[in-house]
Amino acid sequence: MASKLTTSNRAGWGFALPGFGLIMLFIVIPFFFAFYLSLTNQRLISPNPTEFVGLSNYDRLLSISVLSIEPETDDAGQVVRDDAGEAQYPRVRTFTRNNPDYPQYAGMREWFRWHWGETAKVVVATDVVFWKSLRNTLMFVLVVAPVQGGLALGLALLINQRLRGINFYRAIYFMPVVVSIVVVSLLFRFIYDGNDGLLNNILGFLSFGFFEGRDWLGSENTALGAIMGMSIWQAVGFHMVIWLSGLQTISPTLYEASSIEGASKWQTFRYVTWPGLRNTAVLVLIVITMQAFALFAQIDVMTRGGPLDSTTTIVFQAVERGYGKQDISGGSAISVILFVLVLTISLIQRFLTRER
Amino acid sequence: MATVKLRDIRKSYGKTEVIKGVDIDIDDGEFVVFVGPSGCGKSTLLRMIAGLEDISDGTLEIDGQRVNDLEPSKRGIAMVFQSYAIFPHMTVRENVAFGLTINKMKKAEKDAKVDDAARILQMEHLMDRRPSELSGGQRQRVAIGRAIVRDPKVFLFDEPLSNLDAALRMDMRMEIGKLHQDLGASMIYVTHDQVEAMTLADKIVVLKDGLVMQAGAPMELYHEPANLFVAGFLGAPSMNFLQVIVEDTGEDWVQVSSKALVSVKVPSKGRTFTKGHNATLGVRPQYLIAASDGQGMLNGKVILTERLGSETVVNLAAGDGSKLIAAIAEDAVLVPGTEMAWTFDPALAHAFPEEV
Repeated sequence: MASKLTTSNRAGWGFALPGFGLIMLFIVIPFFFAFYLSLTNQRLISPNPTEFVGLSNYDRLLSISVLSIEPETDDAGQVVRDDAGEAQYPRVRTFTRNNPDYPQYAGMREWFRWHWGETAKVVVATDVVFWKSLRNTLMFVLVVAPVQGGLALGLALLINQRLRGINFYRAIYFMPVVVSIVVVSLLFRFIYDGNDGLLNNILGFLSFGFFEGRDWLGSENTALGAIMGMSIWQAVGFHMVIWLSGLQTISPTLYEASSIEGASKWQTFRYVTWPGLRNTAVLVLIVITMQAFALFAQIDVMTRGGPLDSTTTIVFQAVERGYGKQDISGGSAISVILFVLVLTISLIQRFLTRER
Repeated sequence: MATVKLRDIRKSYGKTEVIKGVDIDIDDGEFVVFVGPSGCGKSTLLRMIAGLEDISDGTLEIDGQRVNDLEPSKRGIAMVFQSYAIFPHMTVRENVAFGLTINKMKKAEKDAKVDDAARILQMEHLMDRRPSELSGGQRQRVAIGRAIVRDPKVFLFDEPLSNLDAALRMDMRMEIGKLHQDLGASMIYVTHDQVEAMTLADKIVVLKDGLVMQAGAPMELYHEPANLFVAGFLGAPSMNFLQVIVEDTGEDWVQVSSKALVSVKVPSKGRTFTKGHNATLGVRPQYLIAASDGQGMLNGKVILTERLGSETVVNLAAGDGSKLIAAIAEDAVLVPGTEMAWTFDPALAHAFPEEV
């Protein structure tokens, strides 16, 4: 069927143009634009001309150090202790503010600290919020990728059976996927509500009233976990469908052969199902990882990064800086860092899961 | 090695019965071939023996033990599939050893068995390859190797050669025959190819629509087909059938004729014929020979000749319009359009009463 349309070079480019153009316009050009902006001091609206500032945006975001602080001593050289016997330390700001002895710590703030004997090791960073967002995002990825992937595989194995009404369950599990994440986030704000939220009510009921309600999104300790739980629930159906398609490509005769050989359920999974899902696993893992790194909508709707920056994420910070604080160059720098991070992790995943 | 006994075996899917009461006895060390057109239930029957399909009714005994409700792995069988069913992510050695590995056999013992199988199948040089590096025949050999190391009482083959090309199919057919000689195990082999059935079997079971049409030694079925179906199914080219009318019957003979055929007396082989009723006369193409002058039993016009090398197949149109085939000597030259007289030995013809 070699019609003129399918052989003409010009027609080929013509067909490719709309997609190609859109990708250029909204992905490729903005990417290079962001890279360029991250090297300047551009603001969203500013009367001043744009200046090239080199890597100083990255420098400000990424500079981090460990400051060792010895306990305060009295004149006799004894460690000063409070009533509870705890050693007393000088304040961090005495090192980071106007202290000519420690120019390398100038302008930094404390992120967290730990004790090494009597010495306090204080991690200080110029942009603590960025580091917190980095930590939160990585935590989110590390928890969500395996849990969501594993849960989705479990569901896929369950619904990959010939049972009456199995389509009902497939539909149920898939339903949250087609609901907008913004709507889901709004609903979960009610569910996680501290006063009369559904979750508190259910836990109270199940524990015969022993469980005292808590404000899930209002506490540093539970906010990120609550968002993780919701995110896993929302997208698990999507990955379940991908796993399911992978499961259905495995030839049924392989299962028959293994049942004749006397393989147990676990051995069948270990030797037949899992190897057959290798390519699917790579896909699911990479897709979940990328989605997890892009965590934004849930945060924006549910917590706006709080409480105490415990749920702030890289993308949220990029948007917050770029548009909230009109610091386009700072937001761009964060975007570029995220790009490098995701690229690195994807390459590592590809390397680890490569065909051997 | 063992006997297999099927007694009134039935299989229904809902209300549709696909196996309608099958009795078969397989002796120790016998090579039995189930043959029949597609949809006759031969594969279903084999899968029921393997335990991959439930038996709806009847009794299946292997080695004198009722195994209807035993797991496939407990029945002492090994199965070779049409699609090979070897595990793509394992090497040949791992594939062959699969059943031993999951049953946690000691390594030394396992290696000895696998090497033994490799030697029998002459595939020692392939042991470290992966299935993707093997040809179809080699893959099937791996599958057979996996069956051998199980030391099964009964080997089951489900159309093992159907995915191979013609030349390879012949080689593998001979290898399977030799394997049977070497191992002396009971084997059940399903095929739709009557050449495989004729060459391999000690006993052929011809199936149609879930019923056994005839069971017996290959040459017995060839020379003494019990019914029209078996007569037409075995032999290549297949038997010629002429519509005839019964003129007279005797103790062990029946006299028939038709518009195209002179009156002939053929053996009735215990079948009952009624004078004046329709009947079918079967003559194998090999027995139809050109008649010398005046000796012809029927006239046939040459339509087409096909030279196969070892013989020439002639398509004929008989006087009443029915189509006949004669297989004659390799160097005979017949011009299409020639009217010729043909004859056959009535003792080698088969008469079948009209089925009511």
